[in-house]
Amino acid sequence: MKNEWPLWEIFIRGQHGMSHRHVGSLHAPDAEMAIKNARDVYTRRNEGVSIWVVEARHISATAPGDKGPLFEPSESKVYRHPTFFDIPEEVGAM
Amino acid sequence: MYAQMIKTARTGVKPREEMSEQERAFQDKIDAGIKIEPRDWMPDDYRATLIRQIGQHAHSEVVGQLPEGNWITRAPTLERKAILLAKVQDEAGHGLYLYSAAETLGESRDELIRLLHEGRMKYSSIFNYPTLNWADIGAVGWLVDGAAIINQVALQRTSYGPYSRAMIRICKEESFHARQGYHAIMKMAFGTPEQKKMAQDAVNRLWFPALMMFGPSDKDSVHSEQSMAWKIKVKTNDELRQQFVDQTVPQIEYLGLDLPDPNIKWNEERGHYDFSDPDWSEFFDVIKGNGPCNVDRMNARRKAWDDGQWVRDGLLAHARKKAAAKVAAE
Repeated sequence: MKNEWPLWEIFIRGQHGMSHRHVGSLHAPDAEMAIKNARDVYTRRNEGVSIWVVEARHISATAPGDKGPLFEPSESKVYRHPTFFDIPEEVGAM
Repeated sequence: MYAQMIKTARTGVKPREEMSEQERAFQDKIDAGIKIEPRDWMPDDYRATLIRQIGQHAHSEVVGQLPEGNWITRAPTLERKAILLAKVQDEAGHGLYLYSAAETLGESRDELIRLLHEGRMKYSSIFNYPTLNWADIGAVGWLVDGAAIINQVALQRTSYGPYSRAMIRICKEESFHARQGYHAIMKMAFGTPEQKKMAQDAVNRLWFPALMMFGPSDKDSVHSEQSMAWKIKVKTNDELRQQFVDQTVPQIEYLGLDLPDPNIKWNEERGHYDFSDPDWSEFFDVIKGNGPCNVDRMNARRKAWDDGQWVRDGLLAHARKKAAAKVAAE
């Protein structure tokens, strides 16, 4: 339907200095109204201190079929995690 | 709850040997508890069933505002008014979360609303009953939202990611609704004899319509099996209804009110309360459009949509003009 308001994705920064996080989406005619609506819909219970809105059509994403090639290689690289290395207790905190 | 009688394309579950390779991989994912996300492959019937169920659920949230909105200007105190206003606003939000979830399946919100307004989609039967007095508002929050929570807590584990996430969000807000309702009814049940009588009357009238919210009995729910196999539904109608009765009976007793059904009795052997079935012929009649308020509800919805058309058009025209001016300036 061509007269439907575009879809916006909403990102909110919570209270404790965390990054903005995707919380959902809504329809609005423009960015200003998207922010106003996001404030009403997604921050009624002190959920946020800052809002980002992005029109959904501007978001690019990985394809579900690429999940394997993109993300499986890191599964075999256990040495990237600190717990891979046994350090003697005598060495102290590290 | 909010979604009753969702028809799937077939009755029974598609046997594994009839599935294509893609369908088998899909079912394996569901069985392993992996969530299905919007751009993942899914069977057409899975998509269609979800659109119907999530759409009906969304419509229920929105239509559900009408019986309560009726009492905002007549709430007994300013505090109760502010609380009811907040609750009704939440329902609009819940509708929005759910429409958004349905949209990830490729159905637009305007299209879903059009189908509702043309009578081609349904909403929960409960909202076709009237709210006659203030006690009904308390009972709606307590019993109707209470029944909704039982259904929605189960649906947090539904297999479709966006639906599951919407449910998690809704459940967080919904228990405020049930508690404010019970609080309002408590005031009346422990108030004057007249108030107590109103509370009793509200419970008596809303009890069976609340039981109907879970949909027909399992033996008559021919469309449930495939939805269960796909984990679109996680518990059966009868399981959820029993859970609601078990939870609610002690709450009625605490209020010192009479139980609304003489057959409610603790069954030691089953470890559950026994209770009477609602009148299913009434349920099917309300679903068909013959409940006390079906016509009013649909008229109110259509009027709100039509009356808001100039606002939606105006804001869109303004946004387009501004965007064009910006392009011209660049």
